[in-house]
Amino acid sequence: MSGIEIRNLNKRWASFDAVKDVSFEVKPGSLTVLLGPSGCGKSTTLRLIAGLDAVTSGQISVGGKDITGQPPAKRGLAMVFQSYALFPHLSVAENIVFGLKVRRVPAGERARRLNKAVDILGLGTLLDRKPSQLSGGQQQRVALGRAIVAEASVCLMDEPLSNLDAQLRHEMRKEIRSIQQSLGMTMVYVTHDQIEAMSLADQVILMRGGRIEQKAEPATLYLRPATSFAARFIGTPPMNLVSLTDGPAGAIVKGSSGPALVEGNGDGLLLGLRPEEIRIEQDGVVPAVIRGIEYHGADSILECSIGDQLLQVRVEGIRRQSVGDQIRLGWLPEAMHVFDGADGNRIERRPMIGHAAAERALRLVP
Amino acid sequence: MTQGRNQITAWLLLLPAVVLLAAFTHVPAVMTLFNSFYNTPRGVRPAKFVGIGHYTDMLSDPVFLAALKNNAIYAIGTVPVAIGLAMLMALIVNSSIRGKAMLRMSFFLPTILPMIAVANIWLFFYTPGYGLIDRFLGMFGFAERNWLGDGSTALGSLMVLAVWKEAGFFMIFYLAALQQISPSLGEAAALEGAGRWYFFRRVTFPLLMPTTLFVLINAIINSFRLIDHVIVMTRGGPDNASTLLLYYIYQTAFRFWDTGYAAALTMVLLALLALLAFVQFGILDRRVHYK
Repeated sequence: MSGIEIRNLNKRWASFDAVKDVSFEVKPGSLTVLLGPSGCGKSTTLRLIAGLDAVTSGQISVGGKDITGQPPAKRGLAMVFQSYALFPHLSVAENIVFGLKVRRVPAGERARRLNKAVDILGLGTLLDRKPSQLSGGQQQRVALGRAIVAEASVCLMDEPLSNLDAQLRHEMRKEIRSIQQSLGMTMVYVTHDQIEAMSLADQVILMRGGRIEQKAEPATLYLRPATSFAARFIGTPPMNLVSLTDGPAGAIVKGSSGPALVEGNGDGLLLGLRPEEIRIEQDGVVPAVIRGIEYHGADSILECSIGDQLLQVRVEGIRRQSVGDQIRLGWLPEAMHVFDGADGNRIERRPMIGHAAAERALRLVP
Repeated sequence: MTQGRNQITAWLLLLPAVVLLAAFTHVPAVMTLFNSFYNTPRGVRPAKFVGIGHYTDMLSDPVFLAALKNNAIYAIGTVPVAIGLAMLMALIVNSSIRGKAMLRMSFFLPTILPMIAVANIWLFFYTPGYGLIDRFLGMFGFAERNWLGDGSTALGSLMVLAVWKEAGFFMIFYLAALQQISPSLGEAAALEGAGRWYFFRRVTFPLLMPTTLFVLINAIINSFRLIDHVIVMTRGGPDNASTLLLYYIYQTAFRFWDTGYAAALTMVLLALLALLAFVQFGILDRRVHYK
């Protein structure tokens, strides 16, 4: 087992910085997800690790060995491509052992590894088929098989599930995670799907515009987003960001007449609130008006206005409220995240509401 | 509308195409077969049935046998070389080298020139003494040579020209096929440690097989079909050293006006081409991977 260490990685195309000063570490046997919108540099980072593109500057080490300038084959990595990269004229078995033949692994050893991979992936009856005769999920398994027989300690995955339907994606996600854990692979996994990232990862690296926005465990990413971008990227529907302004006692929602939500001035700050953490309460601290209702089945999304700011509130099932109703909203103090409106960075501010509401809620319980 | 009227409308719509196809392709083909069993009418003497007489005559016709042999040499010599060269050129212009567009154009240029023009250019290249080839070889002390006038080099000279003219055309097909191959295949192979030659042998070449089959059939048909350069450069000479089958048919029909014999020769050519096409599709098709 070997870990990966990336230090100050940069990749510049002719006039475009695809990857800017990216550093991170992947612990041996763990799964790191590179997450971000398209064009954020996550796939480029993966290709740099694989050696398919040359780095502009920076260092890549695998298992403590600097491999920055090594050709792809010398890096001891396996990779699964988004398009699977199966050879259309070769059978499933030939596709899986292609790399072993290149490296002149003896026939007996080839057969042993093939059988092992086939057992893990349940490809037994398909070995003589051509890739065009397989379904998307089966092709995906063959691509995984190729990575398994390589017995490389590091496996790179470039959006491996993006060509599958939702049902299959869910199954393969679990399968990839269990293979990774049972074989003890060190895995770097690229995706733009936050649900994949949150459910698979030991560590999520959120990227934007070639830079790392935040690297953290999935729970930290959700509970303490480091920037307003990270806050909006994780969670469905995304976190509400409402503008704050100065109030007499503290920062208040822009366009409203109070109450003070956090200490200090509020101009130029954004308040982040997840739709699922906002409650409609009889004695909630903030008055609001319902502007729209979207019914989703298990829950509904209410669009509410506070002052001149709009925010989404997730409530369970169908509610009796209707558009135009005056309601009061409440939330726990930990649910509030404050960000700088200009650079988006997280700012720690002491909450001024919520304690009381929380205490009241606690008192009501018994 | 009834089934019957539908049928009539369909046939009426097809009629113009059917008439043209029949008048200029099917009827002449059948007439040729028919004519090949008759001798050529002369003046007041009408055509007389000779059965397979023309075909038995061919076996002892030295010019026909020479043309057949020349055509075989011509096909075997030009087709594999043109195909190999086309594949090589396609691989070169498909890679990421500088001046790719320039190279593509210059490789393709011979294809867009008319064969007559090409033949005239090469006529100059082959001119004894001051032609391009003699001037070039002269720098290394080689003696003058009459490339087209010498029985031992005339056919070879035509073959060089044919390869030069055809390869660029076939390159376009290979280029199109190469661009269909996903670059991630090459990347996957590179990660596994496959070298360029290994990748070509195990992946690129097999994936190009459908194109190769298509190009092969076209190349062979062309080697029997294109004779403009023979007419311009050698007229089959010297002493029939560069006569090709179609050129011999042309001579027999429109120089000697022996249309009966020419019809029989044409049937032989058609039978030969049909046989080659069947063999290629029958044997190679089974070994070709289609997507």
